[in-house]
Amino acid sequence: MRYIDEFRDAQLGQALAGEILAAADPGRHLKLMEICGGHTHAIYKYSLGDLLPDNVELVHGPGCPVCVIPMGRVDDGIALARTDGLIFTCFGDMLRVPGSEQTLLDAKAQGADVRMVYSPLDALRIARENPEREVVFFAIGFETTAPSTALTLKRAKAEGVTNFSCVCNHVTIVPPMRALLDSPELELDGFVGPGHVCTVVGTRLFEFIPAEYGRPIVISGFEPLDVLQSILMLVRQLGERRCEVENQYTRVVSRDGNPRALEVMAEVFELRPHFEWRGLGSIAHSALRLSDAYREFDAELRFDVPGVSVADPQACQCGEVLKGVIKPWECRVFGTACTPEHAIGTCMVSPEGACAAYYNYGRLAAPRAAV
Amino acid sequence: MSASESLTGGREQRVLEIIETARAKPARFRDVRITLAHGAGGKATQTLIEGLLVPALGRPGSALAALGDAGTVAAAGVALAMTTDSFVVKPLRFPGGSIGELAVNGTVNDLAVSGARPLALTVSLILEEGLDAGVLRAEVAAIAAAAQTAGVEIVAGDTKVVERGAADGMYICTSGIGVIDPRATLASDAIAAGDQVLVSGPIGEHGIAIMLARNLFELDASIESDTCSLWPAVDALLDAAGPALHCMRDATRGGVASVLNELARAAGVSVTVRAADVPIAPSVAAAAELLGIDPMYVANEGRLIAFVAPDAAEQALAALRSVAGCEQAALIGSVEREPPGMVLVETGFGGRRVMDQLVGDPLPRIC
Repeated sequence: MRYIDEFRDAQLGQALAGEILAAADPGRHLKLMEICGGHTHAIYKYSLGDLLPDNVELVHGPGCPVCVIPMGRVDDGIALARTDGLIFTCFGDMLRVPGSEQTLLDAKAQGADVRMVYSPLDALRIARENPEREVVFFAIGFETTAPSTALTLKRAKAEGVTNFSCVCNHVTIVPPMRALLDSPELELDGFVGPGHVCTVVGTRLFEFIPAEYGRPIVISGFEPLDVLQSILMLVRQLGERRCEVENQYTRVVSRDGNPRALEVMAEVFELRPHFEWRGLGSIAHSALRLSDAYREFDAELRFDVPGVSVADPQACQCGEVLKGVIKPWECRVFGTACTPEHAIGTCMVSPEGACAAYYNYGRLAAPRAAV
Repeated sequence: MSASESLTGGREQRVLEIIETARAKPARFRDVRITLAHGAGGKATQTLIEGLLVPALGRPGSALAALGDAGTVAAAGVALAMTTDSFVVKPLRFPGGSIGELAVNGTVNDLAVSGARPLALTVSLILEEGLDAGVLRAEVAAIAAAAQTAGVEIVAGDTKVVERGAADGMYICTSGIGVIDPRATLASDAIAAGDQVLVSGPIGEHGIAIMLARNLFELDASIESDTCSLWPAVDALLDAAGPALHCMRDATRGGVASVLNELARAAGVSVTVRAADVPIAPSVAAAAELLGIDPMYVANEGRLIAFVAPDAAEQALAALRSVAGCEQAALIGSVEREPPGMVLVETGFGGRRVMDQLVGDPLPRIC
């Protein structure tokens, strides 16, 4: 695959690993957080941890869009999905996220018309093909996926589609980052920044991290060489006592992001006063809802949605995992009560979730330690 | 390593040991409802089979409990293999094949990888009221052609029609019987440390072809299903390796990853796959990449995985490559003792990771 295989070159990977080893101060233990779940997935899929020196530790962050959805929102989705005659659409990962009683997949098995889509445009197509039925798209994701939802709604409006609406669960990355950085629990030396979010919002949005919190951040691509190079750039910044936003993902990310995407988002969305995050609690101005101009497409207004806040399950430590306070295996239910096939927490569901990535790919410490 | 770190490492290891102990326990079927995941060939399917069906229908040591692709029956001194399979693929026709061809090859292949020369099949048709007779004629012709190619006779059949909406066009069930080849000494517990793992050709083509045929994605690629009879490949392997051929499976639902996991578990061994050595067509790799699916979990309908003793591996590979359709066969991994029941991947990037059983269902009704 052109433009992909080049970024999976094993020899270059080994060379980068060597440079990281040379650049890292052996007397200092570095904790670097990858914010984005896509990075967590890549790190486990290519077992990049194996290539890092012992004193460079990766900590998984809050940027998995499925993981941060609280139970109450899943329950809302399930209640909608059970509405007579309604077609409920969402991305595949959402189907297995546990609500307080069941998952969307369970609701589907009981007769709800739940359909997996790869794009919000597919949901709109389903609405066009079923004009006599209400079609709801359960939108999730950070700024990465928000523009595609916005464009879909713009198109629905332009086409005058009246049987289509959206539950907007889009969230923004900066507020949880601030919550994380303000948390006294955390000791982090730097961040691997979310490349895909930055294609939309630009690197500018992250300049507050070095400026206000004194931590370096390198905006990173998602192939294994991207991640390794970003780690090297971070280690070098720390070694040279620099603290700035650097952009490793220059092939798609600019300082100002994608102005057209930002424009359409500004037209279709507005900030919610509050949004509840799984494990992180309520965070002000951290999520999007549909703007007044698009109220007619807001499923939360069109239908009677319970909108009940449901506390995270007591046994579940997703919040601490999302904040990087504990490793997945340190959660008290990891791998026993909470497994990918019977998940308690969201982090065990999405392939971008730290627990699922560790469980599916990483369960190797024992044999490795035995070697 | 500092004292605190080694303490942490010890705790992590203990957690992992607890998990492996839990995973090694017999599966219990506790679900309240059947979901599509139960048909996906992954963990849920395993739970259904090992937690409900085998305990109820088999006895310890029975042919069913052996969980092979076919069961063995001794009749008047002849060792027979018998199997059955049902086909619910959507759409009925797809690039490279159709439900009728699949229904023959699927059952023929379950016999073949069990070391049996396929002899005869039965065919049951479940038809939906309103089905276009032209569609049915085409599938009957496909069944006849595939049976002729595979050298099996259709010896019995059945037809049912259900109300519109109670089936999706047509479903086909086939059962097959074959004679265990005298050269074959196959068993999952014959897999031993040192064995080499062979795959008979590029992976993932059937599943990706079906996925694209459903037109869910605006993707254009000329990818065809790999559906074919595997008996010629099995015949060549039995000739070349004889008793050094330890076990075979066709890598259908759940793909290569699921088959390797099943066998690693059954044999109590570890399998390490070298990702870089697994043959895959660039178009399949690209489509899977775009869709976020690992081709190792994508269904094949004409590919087998074979475990061969190390001394015979090269010879088996050469024999396999001489069979039409298997030119790209490859040695993709090897068997080790530890950690038992686990499949690992050498990423080609200097690291190793787990390749677990499938959990969700990326695509229902693939065959």
